[in-house]
This record gives sequence, C-alpha cells and structure tokens, in this order.
Amino acid sequence: MPTIRINRKVFENYAGKKLPTDKLKDRISYLGTDLEEVNDNEIIVEIFPNRPDMLSVQGFARAFSSFIGAKTGLRNYKVEHSGEKVIIDKSVKDVRPYTACAIVRNMHFDDEKIKEVIDIQEKLHITYGRNREKVAIGIYPYEKIKTPITFKAENPEDIIFQPLEFAREINASQILEQHPAGKEYGHLLDGKKKFPVFRDANKEVLSVPPIINSHKTGKISEKTTDIFIECSGFDLETLKKCLNIIVAALHEMGGKVCSMDITDGNKKYTTPDLKPEEIKVDIGFINKWLGLDLNENEIKKFLEMMGYGYSGKKAQIPAYRADIIHQTDLAEDVAIAYGYENFKETIPHVATIAEEDGLEAFKRKISELFAGLGFLEASTYHLTNHELQCRKMNADMHLIELANSISSDYDRLRAWVIPSLMEILGNNRHHEYPQKIFTIGKVFRKNDNFGTNVEENERLAAVIASEKTDYTEIRQALDYLFRSIDAKHDVKETEHSSFIQGRVARVSVNGKNIAYIGEIHPQVLSNWNIEVPVAAFEINITELFGIINKK
Amino acid sequence: MDIEKTIATLHPLERKVLPILKTENSFEKISEKAKLQKVEVMRALQWLQNKKLARIDKKLQEQIVLDENGLRYREKGLPERSFLQAIKDKASLDEIKKKANLSNEEMGICLGILKGKAALEIQKGKGIEISITDNGKKLIEKGFIEEKLLKKDFPIYASELKDEEKPALENLKKRKSILKVNIVKIITAEPTELGKKIIHHGIDEKNILDRLTVDMLKSGSWKNKKIRSYDVAINVPNISGGKRHFVNQTIEYIKRIWLDMGFREMQGNYVQTSFWDLDALFVPQDHPARDMQDTFYIKDPKEGKLPLELMKRVKAAHENGWTTGSKGWQYEWSEKIAKENLLRTHTTVLSAQVIAKLKKENLPAKFFSVGKVFRNETLSWKSLFEFIQVEGIVVDPNANFRHLKGYLKEFFAKMGFPDVRIRPAHFPYTEPSAEVDVWHPGKKQWVELGGSGIFRPEVVKPLLGFECPVLAWGLGMERTIMEYYKITDVRDIYKNDIKQLREAKLWMK
Repeated sequence: MPTIRINRKVFENYAGKKLPTDKLKDRISYLGTDLEEVNDNEIIVEIFPNRPDMLSVQGFARAFSSFIGAKTGLRNYKVEHSGEKVIIDKSVKDVRPYTACAIVRNMHFDDEKIKEVIDIQEKLHITYGRNREKVAIGIYPYEKIKTPITFKAENPEDIIFQPLEFAREINASQILEQHPAGKEYGHLLDGKKKFPVFRDANKEVLSVPPIINSHKTGKISEKTTDIFIECSGFDLETLKKCLNIIVAALHEMGGKVCSMDITDGNKKYTTPDLKPEEIKVDIGFINKWLGLDLNENEIKKFLEMMGYGYSGKKAQIPAYRADIIHQTDLAEDVAIAYGYENFKETIPHVATIAEEDGLEAFKRKISELFAGLGFLEASTYHLTNHELQCRKMNADMHLIELANSISSDYDRLRAWVIPSLMEILGNNRHHEYPQKIFTIGKVFRKNDNFGTNVEENERLAAVIASEKTDYTEIRQALDYLFRSIDAKHDVKETEHSSFIQGRVARVSVNGKNIAYIGEIHPQVLSNWNIEVPVAAFEINITELFGIINKK
Repeated sequence: MDIEKTIATLHPLERKVLPILKTENSFEKISEKAKLQKVEVMRALQWLQNKKLARIDKKLQEQIVLDENGLRYREKGLPERSFLQAIKDKASLDEIKKKANLSNEEMGICLGILKGKAALEIQKGKGIEISITDNGKKLIEKGFIEEKLLKKDFPIYASELKDEEKPALENLKKRKSILKVNIVKIITAEPTELGKKIIHHGIDEKNILDRLTVDMLKSGSWKNKKIRSYDVAINVPNISGGKRHFVNQTIEYIKRIWLDMGFREMQGNYVQTSFWDLDALFVPQDHPARDMQDTFYIKDPKEGKLPLELMKRVKAAHENGWTTGSKGWQYEWSEKIAKENLLRTHTTVLSAQVIAKLKKENLPAKFFSVGKVFRNETLSWKSLFEFIQVEGIVVDPNANFRHLKGYLKEFFAKMGFPDVRIRPAHFPYTEPSAEVDVWHPGKKQWVELGGSGIFRPEVVKPLLGFECPVLAWGLGMERTIMEYYKITDVRDIYKNDIKQLREAKLWMK
C-alpha cells in the first residue's frame, strides 16, 4: 500500500488547524490511515487503497480537517464550462476506449507545486490506476496545445515525436524499445497493432498513453499557468473518478477547474463533474450494524466529519470518493467519525455448541501417542523442491509445481513427508542420538475428482535414527499406533527405492494401502550425510480416519 | 552432626576412599591404595569435600624427573667421581680421560666443578698435571651430595626437598640433560576433624545397603540394614523425552480458547481456487492482493472447478452488487481468473466455504480455525512463506461492531493481553474494517496482531442466500510464539533443531 510523505507546515496550512504532535498522531491513526511517522517537518502515512482521494497532501488534509472538526461538511467545487472539445475517434475503441479530461487554469507553479502534482499523478497511477493499466493520467501545459484534441489509434510507426526527457524524435515502436517508460509500460500495449495517441488541432502529438508524454507539449514548467489533464482507460466511471480526485486537489492548490466537452461517436458528455452523488441514509441499518443508537442529528454530524453533506435523509457523497457503494460504507465512515476507540465492547449471550474438527482431534490424539513414545514432534513446511523430495530420496515422484515461486528452494508442493524428516536428521547430526522424530502434515497430488484437481491428505511420518535402529523398532511404534486405535493392519513385503530391499513393507487396512515402513537405503542416508541407520514409516491419516469412522 | 547419619550418606566410593586418607594424602597414592580409577577417586574426594569430611588441595609444583644423563649417572656415578678416582695422586688430563672414560665435554665440566670444590690442584709444567687434594679424597669417601639426590625415588618435588638437598638440585639443574623439570598439578587430600572422627569410628560396610534388590525385597534381608542416604539436593544429568512441537502446543491452546467460547472448528484445503479465496470474498479481480508477487499460483493443475449457481451470484455481486443494494465494483467479472488455483492466502477462504453451507435454522453460528496460509515471500529473519492464521467468524442476525470488539477482547485476554484496541483499516471484504492491536505490557506499546471487520453484504448474501451480519477476524500467531519462546529470527520457529526442541519449554499460558 502506498505511503505519502507530506510537509507538515503545508499540511497544517491546508488542514486549517495545528495540533500538538501527540494529538496529531492519535487523530491520524483513527482517521483510517496507517501512521508511519510524524516529526516536526514531515508526516508519513500509509493510505489504504479504498481512499485514493487521500493520496495528495490536499486530499489528506481535506479529510483530516473535516475529521477534527476544523472544516466539516461537503465542499463545493465550482466548475466553469470551457467549451473546449476532445474527440474520441472510433479507431481507439479497440485499444484504450475512454478518456475523461479537464482544464485547470490559474495555477501558480513553482518547483514544489510541480513536484506535488507529479506526485499525485504517480501515486494514482500505482494504486487506483493499477500501474497505468486501468488509468493512465497525462498532464500538459495548456498554452502549448490547440483544441480540439483528438484521441485516436494509429500505427506506431506513424506516431513520431520527441518523448519526455529524450534527446530526439523517434516513433512509438522505438519508444517501447528505447525509452525507460516504454520499457517499463510497453507490455500494456502487447498485441496491439495500433497505439493510442492524443493529438491536438495542429496534429501535434501530446502523448501515447499509457506510456509517455511529448517533451514539447507534455511538460509543465514554472511558466505554466493553465494545464490540460486527461485520464485514459477502459472504464469511463473509473476515469471520471480519477479525474475528480486530481482536479479537487488542484482546486485546493488554487486552480480554477474548467470542464471539457467530449464527443464519443454519438455520445457526448462533459467532464469533470464535481456534483455530489446522493445516497439514502438508512439510520436503522447503520445503528444495527454498528451496535449504536444514534439519532439523525448525530448521524448528520458524523457524516459531515467525513466530508459528506447531509439533507433530507440523504448523504451527498463528495465527487472524489470512489468507495461508497453500499450503506455499509456509510456505516464505516460513521464508525470512524464516532471513533473506533469509543465503541464499548460487549459479548452477546448466544448459545452455540463448540465442536472440534474430527480429523484435527484424531491428529491431536496421534501426536500425543507418539510424544508418549518418546518422539519429538517437528513442524515442517509444505513447500519444498525436487532435489529434496526425489533426488536425495532416490525416488521418482510427481510433484505439483508452483507457477511463480520467487524461491527455487520452495517451488513445489510435497508429495511425501519422510524427506522433511530426513532433512531434519541431516541437519542435526551433531546432536545426541537416538533421534526420534515425527510430524503430521499435508501432501499433495493431482486428482481430477477434487474441486481444485488436487488431492490433499494428512500424513503421519516418523523416523528413528541411532546406531542400533532397525526395522523392528519402527514397526513396534507403528503396531502400537494400530493397537491404540483398535485397528487391524496387514504388512506385506514390497519394494521402494528409498528403502533397503527386503526391509520395506506396504501396510494396509481393510485392503487399502495406507503406509510404507522400512529401513532407509544406505545410499539415501549418504545423500543426506546421515551416519547412523534410519528406520521410518509414513501413513495416510486422512484415509485411516475415514476407515475408522466407517466401522 | 550425628556421625552415624553422616556415614549413612556415604557412597560406596566415599566409603572406600575416606579411610585411606588416614595414611595417604597424595592423590596418586590414594588411587593406588583404593584400587579405583582416578576419576572415581576424584569424584569421591569431591563428594567428601562437599560433606566437609575432607579437604582437597590443588597446587602447582615443580616435578623433577631424570633425564638421559641423569639416568646414566644414577647407575655409574657422576663423572666427577670417576675423574677424581682416576687421578690417584697425580695424572695428566689425557690419562684421566682415558681411565675415567669421559668425553671432552664431561672433562671440562668435571674440571670446573672439582676446582670449585677445591678437590684438585693444577700444575703447569711440561704439560698440565693434576693432583688430588685432601678435600678431593674426602669427597670420594663421603660421596657427592648430587649423587645422593640422584638416588632418590623419582619423580621428586622441589618443595619436598630438605634445605641441604637444595644446592645439589640447583647444581644438577644447571647441567646438561640430567634433570627435567615439569610444572604439575599436585592434588592432595586430608581428612577434616569430622572426617578423622568418622575414620576413627569406622565405617561398617556390611550393614549399609546401596540399592534395593529384588532378592532383598523377597527375602526381607533389608530389614536389619541401613539404606544409604543420598544427597538429594545434588544436580543430576539432564534428560529429555518426546513432546509436541511448541507451535502445535500453542495452536492447541488457541483452539481450546475458541472451543471454550462455543466456536466450531473449520478445516479445509491449502490449494484453493481464486474463486473461493478471493472472488467469493468480493476481492475485485484487479485488486493488488492478487498480484503474482503476493500469491502462489499453481502451475499444473492451473485451474479448478467452480460451483455454478454460486458463481453466478458472485459474478453479479462483483459486476453490479446483485441484490445486495450495492453498486458492485462495476467491471466485467472473468470466470477464467476465478478458476485459477492458488495456495490459500488466508483462512478466510474456509469462512466463505462454511457460510456457503449454512442454513437459516443453523443461526447463530460461530466458527474458528487455526491453519497455515501462504505468501510468496523469500524466507528471511522476518518473513516466512507459510505461516499460521487464527480465523474466526460469528454469523448472527443480531451481531454488530461492538460484539466484534467483545469477542476479540475476550480471546486476547485469554492469551494474556487484556488490553485490546481497534483502529480503522481497509479490507475489500469487510466494512467496517479494523486493525487489532494489543497492549504489550513488557514493550509498553501497542502491537498489531491482525485484521477484523464485518463481512460486506456483497460477500455474505451470495454465499448464504440472505443478508446477515458476519463478524470476522484473521490474526497472526508467529509474533506471539516468537515472543513467548524468545525467538528473534522467525525462521527458527520451523528450524526443527533437535536440541531446541528437546529443551523448549512448555506453552504455559
């Protein structure tokens, strides 16, 4: 989640009130942002993804100032109609179909303010814009542009311009190969024959969204007073919201927001629209949801503390809020204004019957049994690799592979548990013998009969390692398990490449094979650098539990 | 102290060693006489000292042994004796050398020594002539003090020599390969007053039983005897046995708490479809939580199957809110994305599956689980890729936000954290959402232990079929375990170091 660093003085200016550091810390935490640090100069906060409107110092200070009661209620944003036009050409419909645009005049830019604007743009790109995939934002010095502006798609070779901070003119294909932004975001245009482009009335390229602006027409400076802003993407509502978030912040920086007329085929619309949406406030629902007993006036007060307007049992939602889709969202804002710290906890007297999961209880009992036999319980990972599961065990097994593990040591799901215990024995050679260990954990294999096409079973594995370990010793432990749960098992000689031939057996209950038992092959011991004999078994607990319960 | 009582505490080794101290003090001699191994004697002496019956004295001493020349001279006498005897009255150096069978080096030494003792006179004429003095004659008669020293029982100790023997030692030490000096630790032991009393009293071997035998019990022969007392306060060697892993001990305890509070346990698979893990929880399909860098996806089988009816409702909830009164996320929901298999990112997936099976008549209902969840992270001292989540839901038509705080507070009080606070947070599936902090009395600060909230109607209604508040929380456990077991590297929780497991204390909360 994104963090923003803001200048404390600038923040206090916007918020309209200075608070002592302690109080400031406390209030920021309870506003619904995660405070990282406050010092005399700076405030660092983490903004949750549901509040992109708080990603700017203006937006954050706006929310804060309402919350502490300095300036509550809905803010009015005047939007002047500019009459300037943007035309969406149908060629762009297959590539990046929508845009929402605005002009903001009377900006008094200095270095600091330019940085702030670029910062808002970047933070929105990363979060709300999903790294420019969902929304790409372009900001341009308006005086260098001649309207009407056209948003269209062209062959990349025909889009020739000097991209931002680049020495010369190149075409859009070359941008993807040569420009840093092209390299980073080029994948968003993968498979597109034509690239989206904004051109002004002089056919001058403004930008190729979502990649890069033109150096000539797309770079704001201290001389810039009026700016043109466009958001492009795939969902018009999202673009409008994003534009609202930006122009609201620019408005608070002193800009004059002007709307533009957008023509999209037969459709015409005007953006930005900063009129609040209305939502009916269900006071009964909010009180029930929160366990409170607030009257209408209190609800009104709390909604106003969160920046809403309230009249006629309706809340006016600020046009920059992107997250109010249900009454519960209002309920949360009321809860925040009421103060999470003020909720009095209570537990209702509701009778419900507790129940331990059957298999979990079975696992617990088996674990206690083996602890009683002197075995130490290990707790092992389910993620492993081919080397440990197969090669070192001298065994060939199919392992389910992860698609994207960042660690090659842990890129597969285990198919059996004994290797996990062998690894432990290998790591503990310097500790006293005998070593007796067991663990219960899941194993995985492909099976179409399951919803995920993966079958998961709980397995119990146990090993004994000492100079005198032999088949008898591990067999005694297994037999003890079966006697203890009153189950009969058959043991038949078998072959298994991880075990010594003639000292390995398949164990079945009711004709169902559920375990292997035997002495580990010396080659396997040597693979693990283990210098004492090891005897082991592994049993399918899920199956065993099923069989016992059928009886 | 009662002497009889003290005697009864004596170990057989002590009983053997103590009487010997009456006559012998040197450790070597004691060992020899007791016919015991040195370690056994040492142990017995230690015990006797602990009981204040003996004093052990350890000193560093010069131990002197004979070197090669020393051994030779001890046999055939010192060269200066041969030298003197070879002179008779008067002789030349060559004659003496021949007669006494001395090396040039020995000749030189002898001349020096004998001149120093005024045992000879040297006259220079044609050649050098040597004659013996009266002193010299006396020396032959009386013998050299150095020779007397060489005849002693070696090894000898410098500190044990008489004053008159010391000059001889010093002389011999200066000479080549006669003596070797080692610095050794000399152990001596002597009885204390109490020890002497016990030696004097005598230790009756026959009437003290060391251990009970089956025969003694059968025959009753123990009846007239004393059973040796032990030093019961003594330290004994460590042993260890089998036990549950400390993580599982903690899990059992946490399960117990929820069971005590009337919760039913949920269990389920680690591999889940994105549908159950995310879509059913109203996490939009372009949410950052779905990113490859956070979630482990399965390569093969890449996809799972979806429950058709539920899928339609979930799809509608995402796209337009379905019948929940919500606007939904306003995008086109993809079945393909929902089918992708992953390793569950939270146990909240189990809550979704349990809610989907509930009927109106089952309510209110409370569920919990303690289980593994997965996150695509590199293993480091502060991060794991599999860890434990404690999950809980309360499905109750009358549940509200205050109850949520109540259940959490009750749980954490039982975990040893009576002070709990909640702070605003954000999760796509809860509204309101709350971060859960507990007050750490040791660190004197709030520690974040999990997330919580009330499930959104967009989550609950498609699963349950009707609207109902569902309180939900997901809490981390590793921090509490690390704290309790004083582990600073989170990897050590699953290191399975056998010594660590053998020594690990029990979960005692």
